[in-house]
Amino acid sequence: MVGIDVWNASVDFPIFDAKSRSLKKLALGKVGGKIGSEGRVPIIEALHDINISLRHGDRVGLVGHNGAGKSTLLRLLAGIYEPTRGSSRIVGKVAPVFDLGVGMDPEISGFENIMIRGLFLGMSRKEMEKRVDDIAEFTELGDYLSMPLRTYSTGMRVRLALGVVTSIDPEILLLDEGIGAVDAAFLEKARDRLNDLVKRSGILVFASHSDDFLVELCTTAIWMDEGQVKMHGSLRDVVTSYKGRDPYEHLSEATLERIGQPRVLSGNGGE
Amino acid sequence: MRDAWHHRELWAHLGWQDIKQRYRRSVIGPLWITISMGTTALALGLLYSQLFGQELDTFLPYVTAGFIIWNFILGVVSEGTDVFIANEGLIKHLPAPVTVHVLRMVWRQVLFFGHNLVVYFIVLAVFYPALTQPYSMVGDELNSHPGISWTMVLAIPAFALIVVNAVWVALLFGIISTRFRDIPPVIHSFINLIFFMTPIVWHVGVLNKVTGGSGEGNWKVLIAELNPLYHFVEIVRAPLLGHTQDWHHWVVVGGFTIVGWALALIAMRNYRARVSYWV
Repeated sequence: MVGIDVWNASVDFPIFDAKSRSLKKLALGKVGGKIGSEGRVPIIEALHDINISLRHGDRVGLVGHNGAGKSTLLRLLAGIYEPTRGSSRIVGKVAPVFDLGVGMDPEISGFENIMIRGLFLGMSRKEMEKRVDDIAEFTELGDYLSMPLRTYSTGMRVRLALGVVTSIDPEILLLDEGIGAVDAAFLEKARDRLNDLVKRSGILVFASHSDDFLVELCTTAIWMDEGQVKMHGSLRDVVTSYKGRDPYEHLSEATLERIGQPRVLSGNGGE
Repeated sequence: MRDAWHHRELWAHLGWQDIKQRYRRSVIGPLWITISMGTTALALGLLYSQLFGQELDTFLPYVTAGFIIWNFILGVVSEGTDVFIANEGLIKHLPAPVTVHVLRMVWRQVLFFGHNLVVYFIVLAVFYPALTQPYSMVGDELNSHPGISWTMVLAIPAFALIVVNAVWVALLFGIISTRFRDIPPVIHSFINLIFFMTPIVWHVGVLNKVTGGSGEGNWKVLIAELNPLYHFVEIVRAPLLGHTQDWHHWVVVGGFTIVGWALALIAMRNYRARVSYWV
């Protein structure tokens, strides 16, 4: 059963400056006695007392200011950070899409990058070989795929990364914002594929500042503030209290149509 | 660890990729690794055989074999300390087990070793007549060696054992140096010293000879015996050159394998989860 459970989890980052990361300091600190035991490594509490339980079918949007802990929370859910206090249990194949550039090698060709990325996301070589054509078609990169990645523009890299991620079948999909650098026509196409992918994956957690995307992909939302869950509820409620206005009010006609919601009369929400 | 095995396609592929990377945009590609090893071994062999007044026919192969093995150990130790630091981006963005990065690095070093082995076979072919007869490294009858024979295959399990050791070295040193950033420079500076202390460009027999061949219990011999790397080098090198081999080298290496893995597993159990915080 696919699921994520997090109990009372905290994530503390030790901040080692050059001094405290050295053995000498540690040794001298011991000799000195008092300073060693008290002058401990300062920490940043990135996440504090998080309790989350997600099950198959959950579509969660993450909202919050910069530095509120959205990305850290995603990494906690991906299993990259294990909680320093509390505990977490993650069952299912995780596909994190945080930074689209990481894990891409600029010197090797697009095809080879597709392979490496797929392998990192837990696919086997055979499975990836089957998907390569599909990815090539989606990205519309054509002959560029056999050129080294350093010749690509930012948008082309995003296409490639999105192509790989959307072609695999993850059980838990974690998306961080940063899907900005693609052109409108491709975005339309990516949207369909993302929707499709979201339907296929068991759990989605999506951090974004874009109301459009959130409304379209998510049903519930978590509002992160200063490393804590400030609010957890339906997407509309959470976004309304986070932004101080109803997200549905500002959506374009086309988006509303896609999600099958009637237009909200102005002035209805948001005080 | 088991997870990492499931990811074997990943690290195997990445290791290959690292090698292929070197070939890209260079005309003679893979040969560079081999050529640089060949030149170094040739130069060192020529120089030190003259310095120590040794037979070139047997000393050059000796230096070549020793240096190739040393290069593998050097690669593992120096890259092992940096293994997590260098892969910071991947560790922070993808939830693959950290062992993947270690295995990728060790696999890459094994492939390098394979390239360098070509030099050994060339040297072997050139000096074949000298190496197949009984010969002595230090010019007295006491230390004579039987020459190359079927015992050469012993080098294969010996190298496998070194590779097994390479994994724990990279795991343990990698974790420690991710936490304490002054470990890598310390290791980088000491490793050069260790190179000269290890019998690679000189032979242990020389230590005996200097002291009049009194043999056992000689404190000067301890310089070599107390150096763990000597035993690692020796278990692979002796069969490759048809030297007589002392079983105590295998015992020492075996002991290091067990103790090292125990330490690495303890470190893994306690600090594996911390690596992503420390990088």
